Amino acid sequence: MTIAPPVKREMHVVHSRGDKVFRGIVTAGAMTSLIILGLIGAFLFGRGAQVFSQYGLKFITGTNWSASTEPGIPNEFGMGPMLVGTVIVSVIALTFTVPMSIAGALYIEFYAQPRVKKLLTALLDLAAAIPSLIFGLWGIQVFTNIGQRWASLLGNRLGFIPIFNTISDNYGRSPFVAGCVLASLVVPITTSVAREVYSRTPRELIDTCYALGGTKWGAIKTVVLPFGKSGVVGGAMLGLGRALGETVAVYLVLNLNFRYTFKILESEGGNVASLIATRFGEASTEELSALIAAGFVLFLMTLGVNMIASAIVTKTTRS
Amino acid sequence: MSDVTIPQPTRPWQRKRREQVRSGATFVAMAILAFAVVLFTGFAGFDGWAIVLFMISAIVLFIKGRKLSKKERKNALIQLLIASAATLAFLPWLSIFASVAMKGLAGLRINFITSDMRTTVPDDEMNMGGALHAIVGSFMMVIIASIITLPLGILSGVYLTEIKGRFTFLVRFVIQSMSGVPSIVAGLFVFTTYVSATHGPTAFGGALALGILMLPTVARTSEEVLKLVPEELRSAGYALGARQWRTTLMVVLPTVRSGLTTVAVLGVARVIGETAPLLLTAGSSTALRFNPVNGPIASLPIYVFGLLQIGTEYAVNRAWTGALVLMIFVFGLFITARKIGGKDKR
Repeated sequence: MTIAPPVKREMHVVHSRGDKVFRGIVTAGAMTSLIILGLIGAFLFGRGAQVFSQYGLKFITGTNWSASTEPGIPNEFGMGPMLVGTVIVSVIALTFTVPMSIAGALYIEFYAQPRVKKLLTALLDLAAAIPSLIFGLWGIQVFTNIGQRWASLLGNRLGFIPIFNTISDNYGRSPFVAGCVLASLVVPITTSVAREVYSRTPRELIDTCYALGGTKWGAIKTVVLPFGKSGVVGGAMLGLGRALGETVAVYLVLNLNFRYTFKILESEGGNVASLIATRFGEASTEELSALIAAGFVLFLMTLGVNMIASAIVTKTTRS
Repeated sequence: MSDVTIPQPTRPWQRKRREQVRSGATFVAMAILAFAVVLFTGFAGFDGWAIVLFMISAIVLFIKGRKLSKKERKNALIQLLIASAATLAFLPWLSIFASVAMKGLAGLRINFITSDMRTTVPDDEMNMGGALHAIVGSFMMVIIASIITLPLGILSGVYLTEIKGRFTFLVRFVIQSMSGVPSIVAGLFVFTTYVSATHGPTAFGGALALGILMLPTVARTSEEVLKLVPEELRSAGYALGARQWRTTLMVVLPTVRSGLTTVAVLGVARVIGETAPLLLTAGSSTALRFNPVNGPIASLPIYVFGLLQIGTEYAVNRAWTGALVLMIFVFGLFITARKIGGKDKR
């Protein structure tokens, strides 16, 4: 006699009416974030559309931003210097942030004593919660003195390199100082992502390194750093997104000027978010549309960076 | 019968007391030496001292490491590098805590939290005027923002953990990307949709902008919290014949009640210091106001920001005190969140 193997039953989930209503409400609630994100893009584009069609690509590449007060003289809106300035300041910030946050994360995870580790983790959480306004306040009132000294040192010693060249001797409110302040603002974000990734390194692999006679640095170099590479890249991208869109911290520290400049120690620079904050108060209707269009460009830029970043981070922390 | 000695576990990796004292003393000696160098050479200030200290520690390391192998010497040098870079990363925050505490406390008087700026100009002495209007405005806006955002954020969390529908991946991805929307863009959005369509800046407009910024934080943290609910509890609910809605509402959510409170507190802490969106949506005022839908309203960040724009001595002192109050609120909220959140794990 043979016994037939049990056939797997097909399961049907039938939701009751109450459940259907419940699931509908929850799904609708969850969709709001999607809708809001779509609406932000749509409305900003809608208000800025006229500017885009009028100026075309010149809105991105143009170098002059002037709203005329007298009739007859046409307005001119080009956000090129501001875009370039935003990227410059963010890149300066990231060149400081990335090594510092890798070192910080490694120190917390592998070097610090347990008690110090606990303290530093708590400090990291707190630092991430400091409002950017306070970074700006500290930047202009406290840090500028130190940053100016560093900048003048760089300018005096390395002035022959074009980007460190300066015309005036005024180093305050420069992209360099703003980048440093921005770096201290971004470090908590990137460090906590890097720490999270490093803490997931398989313990056995590290122990294997020690068992083979490796030093701590040997273990970090051969196991921890390769394991955490993509996570750190994702964290740095998240930091970049934050740096690109930061308003008040940059606004308070940087001297805004409508001109292409690649001299990072000179006391002038550009920033899209600060442009919006500066011009918003006294803007005419037409300039307002241009500012909103600039906001749309900023939105697209940060959204792109953030989507890539979150794709990388979710992928690495999931597996 | 011979005595059996039970081996006590030792901790060979832990440094002995004497070694700890010795390394501490070495560090202090190096610090003093560095200070002496700063006094007599061209290096200036705290940063100069730090650089000299770094160089001296590298030299000491090389002298100490004569007997070590090349590999071990490299290890020690890199440890020094990592520790220095980590210190550099942590220093700005310590500097911020210290300067906000010192400069803020210097101007903190009782009238700072009991009166507004109706009859005071920013250049007046610190014992006149205060930030009551700004504190009230800030709290009004975060409360309205929470009322709007918390249900939506928690629903998103419930969707991600309980329903796990077709859009799970999409919703999670959108929430992640949304947390990176620049705050000024959120402000611009509310300006174009609400503020410019009504009578100009109001507390409600500000609350809408803050709500947009709060939503991703609330959604993500409530997902984390709901994930902690053991699967057995849900199964038990179903086994008792409860439908999904009843299980969720009467078993899952009550289980993480304190966790959800943490979510709310963290969301508020995230947005209470936001400045840029309020510039565009809430405006500012010098008097105490309570009407959320009519007229501009002050808030703590805008109060500090405005004083900084004025830039005179007393205005800046006031700004530091405002920053201190803001910082106390943020950290107070954070510590509350940790206290409440700690209860769940037990």
